[in-house]
Amino acid sequence: MERNEIFEKLNEIFRDVFDDESLTVTEETSAADIEDWDSLTHITLISEVEDAFDMKFSMKEVVGMKNVGEMADIIEREA
Amino acid sequence: MDFLQLKKNCKKDMSALPRYKAALLGDCATQHLATALKGYAYEEGIALELFDADYNQIEAQTLDPASELYAFAPQAVIFCLCTEKLYEAYCECEDRANFAASTHERIRGYWERVNARLHASVLQFTFAETDDNVFGNYALKEETSFYCQVKKLNCLLSDGFRAVKNVYPVDTDGVCRRMGLERFRDPKLYAIAKMPFSMEALPRLAFEAVSVVKALIGRFKKCVILDLDNTLWGGVIGDDGLEGIQIGELGQGHAFSELQRWLKELRKRGVILCVCSKNNEDTAKEPFEKHPEMVLRMEDISLFVANWEDKASNVRYIQKTINIGMDSIVFLDDNPFERNLVRTIEGITVPELPADPAEYLSYLQGLDLFETASFSAADRDRTAQYRAEVGRIRLQEQFTSFDDYLRGLEMVATVRPFEPFQYPRIAQLTQRSNQFNLRTVRYTEAEIEQIASDDRYITRYFMLKDKFGEHGLISVVILEKRERELFVHEWLMSCRVLKRGMEEFIADKIVEIAKENGFEAVIGEYLRTPKNAMVEKLYERLGFADRGDNTFVAETAGYVGHKTYIKE
Repeated sequence: MERNEIFEKLNEIFRDVFDDESLTVTEETSAADIEDWDSLTHITLISEVEDAFDMKFSMKEVVGMKNVGEMADIIEREA
Repeated sequence: MDFLQLKKNCKKDMSALPRYKAALLGDCATQHLATALKGYAYEEGIALELFDADYNQIEAQTLDPASELYAFAPQAVIFCLCTEKLYEAYCECEDRANFAASTHERIRGYWERVNARLHASVLQFTFAETDDNVFGNYALKEETSFYCQVKKLNCLLSDGFRAVKNVYPVDTDGVCRRMGLERFRDPKLYAIAKMPFSMEALPRLAFEAVSVVKALIGRFKKCVILDLDNTLWGGVIGDDGLEGIQIGELGQGHAFSELQRWLKELRKRGVILCVCSKNNEDTAKEPFEKHPEMVLRMEDISLFVANWEDKASNVRYIQKTINIGMDSIVFLDDNPFERNLVRTIEGITVPELPADPAEYLSYLQGLDLFETASFSAADRDRTAQYRAEVGRIRLQEQFTSFDDYLRGLEMVATVRPFEPFQYPRIAQLTQRSNQFNLRTVRYTEAEIEQIASDDRYITRYFMLKDKFGEHGLISVVILEKRERELFVHEWLMSCRVLKRGMEEFIADKIVEIAKENGFEAVIGEYLRTPKNAMVEKLYERLGFADRGDNTFVAETAGYVGHKTYIKE
């Protein structure tokens, strides 16, 4: 899957999870940029991304990813 | 219904919905479960106001009299304990053969603490029965294995649910079994967030818990309306004839027999069965009367409607005749056209039956539609009662004068203070009566027991029989002593006995009790709900004076009783 396709799909998931249609995520977007992105919503987000890309993050990846770019890196590897 | 949808529901406007207050206490992270519960309750038309206690606060919240739990005063307390934590405790336990018993005692202790301080129902999640696979298959032979102990614990909890009346199970293990353990949990979520359930499991658990809450507030399925051809048997009775329809040994008959057996079990549990078929009545009844392999018989069917009218009209007719809410009816039909037509009726549940009759039963069982918060001997007799009611309607058609009809019924009422053997039925009536219910106060069996022995209250239950049979316990009245006035705290009546003088008889009885005990007046109150418009004008109709604030008064002096045809 091309990186821009991954981002397109991620963008859709982020809008859905954070219930915000104006949201656009980039490589650098992190929890600091989105108000509702706390540890609880992170769990919801992870599970939605896993379902959408039919893959699983490891425990280390879930707690370690710093921004959406890193999330996309993992998806690129796994999906 | 996925978790995200439930989460979005939580943001919706719930101001018009009836409120229900619940507290959630767990030994694991419960925030996502709380969201799922609120979101699912919204789906079912309930604004769930939830106090979600902090992580692992069960002891503190239940022990401290000044805790947030007790200050919140919920209608239900939900205990969610997880198998992961249970396993940790098991590993620390020396006396493993008694691990289940001691854990059961600990959990019973939570219930007792709650019951000492709150008038609430308790919802207890069961444990997902997972094996640590230390013993392999031998675990089932070894009493001290975790697998043996967790299974035993669920059995002991089941004993506990029976022993402590206001505690109701939420079958976590049932959800786990249906989903499979792989999908039910996500080990990563427990490791990083102490969440014992997968995101996929949350909506299903919420469904189960909300179903229990709905049953507690009187919202559950009471009736199944059945199509016949290709639903209850294979083939078309009008075309294939008695010998040609598939039931029992013939053709695909076994699948239909199994469905009928299950429906009969529902009937024994108190769900009423009705038939709605496009057929000539005689033809449609023939299999029930004559086919040796039919499981369902005429006596299992409360109301049999076979004609050529459209099914939506027939369903409305059935609903009116048996007099229950449309939202408590399930309609089963193999024909997509009829299903869609009946779906135009608001509130009714119409399952999308699979194309293959072999799958009807497992599909219907999987929907898990038939929740209840009580079960008593009266449930088994319900079908007979409704059948007798149809006989009464026929008699009514013969009489030109309604008074003659009532006199001909030879009605006899029994009036008694609450008695222990009736507590279950009384509590059940307070939970399931929606229409003839002046204040719609719901009681658990334990609360009924308490009120019965509280001398601030006078209690009465009413039974009625007539020449067609017993109606059983059909009305409940709780009167509260307020200085010189007697306040009607609870008055509900089964709609089966409406408009035959029973409400007049009961009103006279209440005033008589007031007089005998030296009260100057009886005060009644009407609290509106979406379902009790039927009794909005009841007190006025009975001759009480409107005081303007939804309360009504009858002075005991000078009260004129009503003419009824009911003897005591």
